[in-house]
Parts: sequence; C-alpha cells; structure tokens
Amino acid sequence: MNKIQNLSRRNFVKVFGLASGGILLGCNISGNKKAFLPSISDRNSFAPNLFINIQKDGNITLIASRSEMGQGIRTSLASAIADEMEADWKYITVSQATGDEKYGNQNTDGSRSVRTMLEPMRKMGATAKKMLITAAAKKWQVSENNCIAVNHYVINTKTKAQIFFGDLVETAASLEIPDAKNISLKETKDFNYIGKTLKSVDLKDFTHGTAIYGIDKRIPNMKFAAIARCPVTFGTVKTLDSSTAENIAGVENIISMDRMIPPTGKFFGMLGGVAVIANNTWAAFQGKESLEIEWNLGENSNYSTQSYNQKISNRLQKNGKLVPGSRGNVAAAFKDSAQIIEATYHVPHLVHAPMEVPNAVAWYQGDSCEVWAPVQDPQTARSEIAHFFNLEIDKITVHVTFLGGGFGRKSKSDFVVEAVALSKEIKAPVQVVWTREDDIQHSFYHSTSTQYIKGSLDKNGQVSGWLHRVAFPSIVSNFKPLSDYASGFELGQGFLNNPYQIPNFRFENTKAEAHIRIGWMRSVIHIHSGFGINSFIDELAIKAGKDPLAFHLDLLGKDRIEEGKSDVPFNSGRLKNVLKTVAQKANWGRKLPKGHGLGLAVHYSFYSYVATVVEVSTHNEKIKVENIWTTIDCGLVLNKDNVINQLEGAAIFGMSLAMFGKITTEGGAIEQSNFHDYPMTRMKDAPNIDVTVINNMETAPTGVGEPGVPVIAPAICNAIYNATGKRIRTLPLTDHGLI
Amino acid sequence: MKTLSINGKEISIEAQDDMPLLWTIRDIVGLTGTKFGCGLGQCGACSVLIDGNLSKSCSIPVSYAEGKEIFTIEGSSDNLEFLREAWNQGNVPQCGYCQSGQLIAATALLDQTENPTNEDIDAAMSGNICRCGTYTRIRKAIHKAVELKTNSHE
Repeated sequence: MNKIQNLSRRNFVKVFGLASGGILLGCNISGNKKAFLPSISDRNSFAPNLFINIQKDGNITLIASRSEMGQGIRTSLASAIADEMEADWKYITVSQATGDEKYGNQNTDGSRSVRTMLEPMRKMGATAKKMLITAAAKKWQVSENNCIAVNHYVINTKTKAQIFFGDLVETAASLEIPDAKNISLKETKDFNYIGKTLKSVDLKDFTHGTAIYGIDKRIPNMKFAAIARCPVTFGTVKTLDSSTAENIAGVENIISMDRMIPPTGKFFGMLGGVAVIANNTWAAFQGKESLEIEWNLGENSNYSTQSYNQKISNRLQKNGKLVPGSRGNVAAAFKDSAQIIEATYHVPHLVHAPMEVPNAVAWYQGDSCEVWAPVQDPQTARSEIAHFFNLEIDKITVHVTFLGGGFGRKSKSDFVVEAVALSKEIKAPVQVVWTREDDIQHSFYHSTSTQYIKGSLDKNGQVSGWLHRVAFPSIVSNFKPLSDYASGFELGQGFLNNPYQIPNFRFENTKAEAHIRIGWMRSVIHIHSGFGINSFIDELAIKAGKDPLAFHLDLLGKDRIEEGKSDVPFNSGRLKNVLKTVAQKANWGRKLPKGHGLGLAVHYSFYSYVATVVEVSTHNEKIKVENIWTTIDCGLVLNKDNVINQLEGAAIFGMSLAMFGKITTEGGAIEQSNFHDYPMTRMKDAPNIDVTVINNMETAPTGVGEPGVPVIAPAICNAIYNATGKRIRTLPLTDHGLI
Repeated sequence: MKTLSINGKEISIEAQDDMPLLWTIRDIVGLTGTKFGCGLGQCGACSVLIDGNLSKSCSIPVSYAEGKEIFTIEGSSDNLEFLREAWNQGNVPQCGYCQSGQLIAATALLDQTENPTNEDIDAAMSGNICRCGTYTRIRKAIHKAVELKTNSHE
C-alpha cells in the first residue's frame, strides 16, 4: 500500500490512486469524543485515518480500526460504510488495522466505537458512492442527477444502463474529492444494512477454528514463555532456585525480570518475576511450576479483603468527603420524615477472566519491534513499548489479533510489555502465555465497593431524602499513587447522576486504599451504582407499600431532558419508556407460580437506557434464574441481531457476577485460582433471555456492549426478595447458600 | 516418535508421554483451533473427540491418545457440518474463542442423542464455559441442527 501522506484538514475524505489500480479513501475522524477515562495518553490526532479500498474486481476492503472481542465491531462499522456506498455485502472484506495514531483513537472500551465512529464511517461510504456516480456520469456523458447507485452498480435512470462498481474504479480514482457539503447521508427508511441484521463477517473462521487469536500466532523460531509472579502485588524475588526447572525437557532459559513501573498518569508497566523460556507452552508452564522462589512480599502483604471490608464498613459509619452535586438539606428531611431506611451494600473484587488468557508474541530486533497480541488498545501498547524500550514509535508495529474476550482486561498491555522484555533478552521471537491461574491471580481487578445509603419517606410515602456514602479503591490508583478517593469520572458512573427526583440528596465519598491493581471491567462503576441504587429503590418501595414499577416511574418524575456535561443529553422519558416496555414484556404484576419472584432494575449507562425484569424460582432454598427480559434504548441500531446478542451476553455476564463473582485476598495474595473457585454461569444456569430493542432510529447511537450488565444483579436480588422475603445486600449469592 | 491420527490423517511427532494432548496438538502438530482455557478440564475450550468420546485435551496425556482416532474442530463430520450451519444461521458466536469446544461438545451430543431435549443439552454442554454468554443461542442452534439434519433426509 502507498505511503499515506499528511492530508489537508479541510477535506473530510481523501482519495489515493493505488498501484494495483484500485482507489483508496482516507477519512478524518478528528471529531472523536474524548474517552470517559482519564487521559492516559493524548491521542487527539487529526491525521487521516480510516480507509476504504475499492478494487477493479469490485471487491472492497474496509479497515477495522477497533479491536474485535466479540462485540461485532468489524461487521457493524463495515456495514455502515457499505450501506451508504450502496455496496453489495458479498464483496466486502474487513482487514484489521495495526496500532497507529493515523487511525484516530483505537482504544476499544467505553462502549463507544459505534457512538463515535458511525457518522464518519457513513460519510466515507457516501463520499465513495458520490465518486462512483460522478465517474459513471462522466462515462455516459450524462448528468449525475440521472445516475443512482444500487447494489454495487450505478444505474442510468433514463436508459436503464448499468455499470459495475469495479468498472468505475479507474475513472473514480482520477476525480477530485467531492466537497463535504455535497455529501448527503441516506434517510433511515432507505437503509439496506443499518438497523437490520447482518451476520458476523468472521463466522466461518469462528466455526472452523481458523480465527487467529493472539495465542494462536506462530512465527518461525518462536519460543514460548511462562512467568512466575509474586503472589502479592509488587512483591519481588528474594531467592531463586531454578535447578529443577532447568532439567525439564524443552526448557531453554530462565530469566529474572524486574518490575517495570509506569510513569505517573499513563501506561501499565509489568509486574516482573521469573520467566521460563521453552520450545513449547507446556514445558514453559511446567518449568514455571517447578521454580523455587522466595519472595519479598512487600507492603501489600497485609491486604486481607475480610479485614479491609470491616475497616471500610467502620469508616462508612462516619461522614465521608462531601461531593459536589448534593442538593437540599438531607438532615432536615430525615428529621421530618415518617420512615427512615438504612442499608449497606457490598460487591467484592471481580476479575474479567476472558476465555483467552492474556498472551502476546513479540519480536524485538535491535532498533525495531513487532508484536502480535489480543489488545483492546494497541496504541497504548505501542507507546508503552516505545517508552520502556526506548524505541522510536515508527519502528514498532502492533498487529491486533482476534481477542478471545476482553471485558477491559485486554485494555492493559502488561502482557505485551513482558513479551517484548523477554524477546529483547533472548534475541528471538517469543510468545508469553499466562496460565488461567496467572490470569485470576495477577489481574487488574474490578474494584470492591461498599455503599451505605440512608433514605427517608415522608408521610405520603414519597422519598424525601437520600444520603449516599460510597467507598471503593479507585482505578486512578494505577496511574497515580495515593489516589485513595474515587475520581470524578468514577462517581459520574451512575452515582452522582442518580436519575431519581429526590428533593434532598447528599453524596459522600469515603477513603479506600488500593492494595492490588485496580482496573475497569465491563460496565465498570455502573456495576456498583446499578446494584446499590436499584436495590435501595426496591427497599424503599416495599417500605412505602408500593409496587416497585410504579415507585420507580413516580420517582423518575416528569419527562425531562438534562444537557449535562457531555453532548449526549439524558432523557428521563426514555428511561421510563424502557421500564414500561420491559414490564409489559415480562407481564409485570401477573400471578406467579409458587416459589417464583419477579424483580426489576433500570439503569442509564454509556448514554443508553436499559431496564430488566428477572424471574427466579426457588427449590429447596436454592435459586434458579428462569427468565430475563431486557429492554434497551440505544438510539440508532446499527446491527440489530448483534445488539440482541450483546444484551443476551450481558445478562449471562451479570448473572456470573451476581451468583459467583468474588475475588478475595489473604496475606495480600488472591485466594481464587481457576474456574473451580471462580465459577461462571454455565449452560445449565442459562435462563430464557428475551431482548427488546427500542426502535429509535432517528436518535444518535449510544453504547451497547456494557449497559446490559449493571441491571442484572439488582434485578435478581429484587426477584429473590419478591420470591422469598430475603434481602440480599452483599454479593455474590453463593455466600448466602442460594446457589 | 509417536504417531497420532488426527481428523483421519496420520501424523508423526516427537512429544513426551505426559505432554497434554492439547499442547501436543497446538504446539507440536500446529493445529491451533483447539483452545487453551484453564488447564484443569473446567472450561471445555480444549474439547476434542477421542474415539468418538468427548474429551478435555488439556487434561489427557498424549500417550493416551496414541492409536486412537482424534477429532478436532479442523475436522468434518455430518453432525459437525449441520451444527456449523446452525451456528451460522443463529449468528451464535461473539468472540468465538470457546466455540471450537462448544461445537465439538455439541457434535458429541448429536453423535449420541439424535434429538436432544433442553435437559440433554444442559447436561451435555455445561462443561463448556462461554464468557460472552452465548448459551441461549447455542441451545437454539443445537435444536436447529437437528432440524436441518432431519430436513436433509426428507
């Protein structure tokens, strides 16, 4: 492919002739919104960055700049371009971009790929169509007004003559880029693919074992590595005896690795430890197991989640730090109230446990480095390599493989840094593979949270006051030591933007230190806010003697639109609408079979509106989730069946954390190690799942991958209360003998 | 030197007796469709058929599989092809990583049970974890595969 030059910022799309005779369109997506996470690195690039490649045979290659981890992004974004182009889907192939600033921000998290990239993708497709039409009009010597594009052809509406897209490539390549103001996008009613169902472009590979994930990457002379890391976060090697490991067949080398500490504010570094290099994965694993290491455990060795939780609970009994956003006078409301309710909710640490463990292939070659890895954020991986190994960024190539699940874990590129460090040391390509035990015990854990809520009802059963005191170790602790309070972006995930119309509202944040690496996991802090708020609303409704559905709707108040800080306004009417819709789907209020219960939850996250009703049954004091109804309003829907699949998956993910999710520590070490003690929802647990997607095609698209998760745990717990009268305030359900 | 029969092909390899079949297949033979998930036989990502029996290849030494017929996701059988088509029609996979193991487990199920009930599916498929949560689609797709197979005989 030709070297892409810097382009004028005025043009949205740029055309390049290709040596192969095809045309290539580049587009500027500088309109990308800033990430919801704190600025890990500045990527406000204005470089041209996304590409369509149309070949003379009519085949079109679209470059996917975001990582595919099961959310269907390769298919979704391609379909938007193809739709505006009037391309025939069968000619489309998708090629994966390497990590490079020229593509704009590639960080695949925050449920924002479609939200931020749909419009640029559509404009790019529309520009390509416009050029193909201009080319056809030129060939026929007719007005462009007499030409339309239909299914990979341009048709002359007067003569009915038609030309195949591929046959227009040569002429189109010689044209000037049309002015952006002459590009119009299709109307919703004219969509061929957007809003419809398209199968994944990768289905065949997924069903034949031919999709290449990071762990499947093979290059000649590649070695395999497993790394022993200190059970306590940031501990170091005191003594090492590797004599047994060295005698294992296939083991070639033992390498001590120091921790690489990230600079303040960015990157993830790596933990360090002892690596075993071998000629196959199994030998590396065995070698690692037989290392005899005495560790300097360091200061985190005092971390016991049991005593930590007690400490946090004690702190929550006193006032926390008042957070801006409070309103009214809570103390006065409590004083004048008819009823007071207090509750403390707790969610343990959680871990992502994607089916594909962290892994990476790296080949460090003196002044350059090539990496193949399942990364959500290839640009950060690339920048980390440049930083830690003092390489020029242009000499680093990060190939993004398929991700066997990500859920936030693969946003952190520590496993890539490990591979590069080892490749540099042994002067050969090497694949680092984590064992499942490594994955469970050395992750970036979802924060544990404890929240105290005190609410008051007035004599009419109306909520008059709400005090919310929250403590959880912050994600920011990764980037800045001593970040012992929650950050604004974390509290903005469902806590401070509590949508209920409560006249007196006070929010406090309580100190919570981090003693393990804290990271974000699918839906992040919304897991905590969704659980606490939906559980407490249910408790208030019961106390007020009201139906929870009516209580939610009443407390959400009149339909209103709040502009807020972002350019995506919050619309309480949409939140109420998903509630009403899901209630109708679940036939809320119906007479239930004996031992059954219904629970509901509603939550706004990643700018989308989701409500869920869960039906549980009880048998011999055990709970089974029988049915889940979920409704989402995510504005314009790009690929409908994919949205449904994501919401089904989110329900299962939410069930896993509600039923089983619990990471604990003792002496600073994680006590769980694999799927036997960190279990997952399985087929036998899987309920019927009914997903409704609100038809709202004229509204901008919002998040899909994450918003289905936060509602599940509270809806299950509310259903359990409905069925049994037992209130669950501490997750997971296994701790209550219910599973 | 060992000889393995994988998907009907004889392959000669050098591997220690106690190397798990999974790593032999992936790192020595070079077929990477069979996945590593846990190493304890807990998640089913490494599922293969050995003489037609569903097996967790991460927990079986290669020596056990010598002289037996090994079937992996790279292979083909009537039931696997109907399942693939059903997976396709139902748009089942998300990340796809566990689907090799899911399809092999479903093949083993259909090889033994012509028309499985939901209970049969729960029993046969609960050894395979899908972290993306595609279970309801897998369940429907197994029923669909039976339907496709039945229709193909008519």
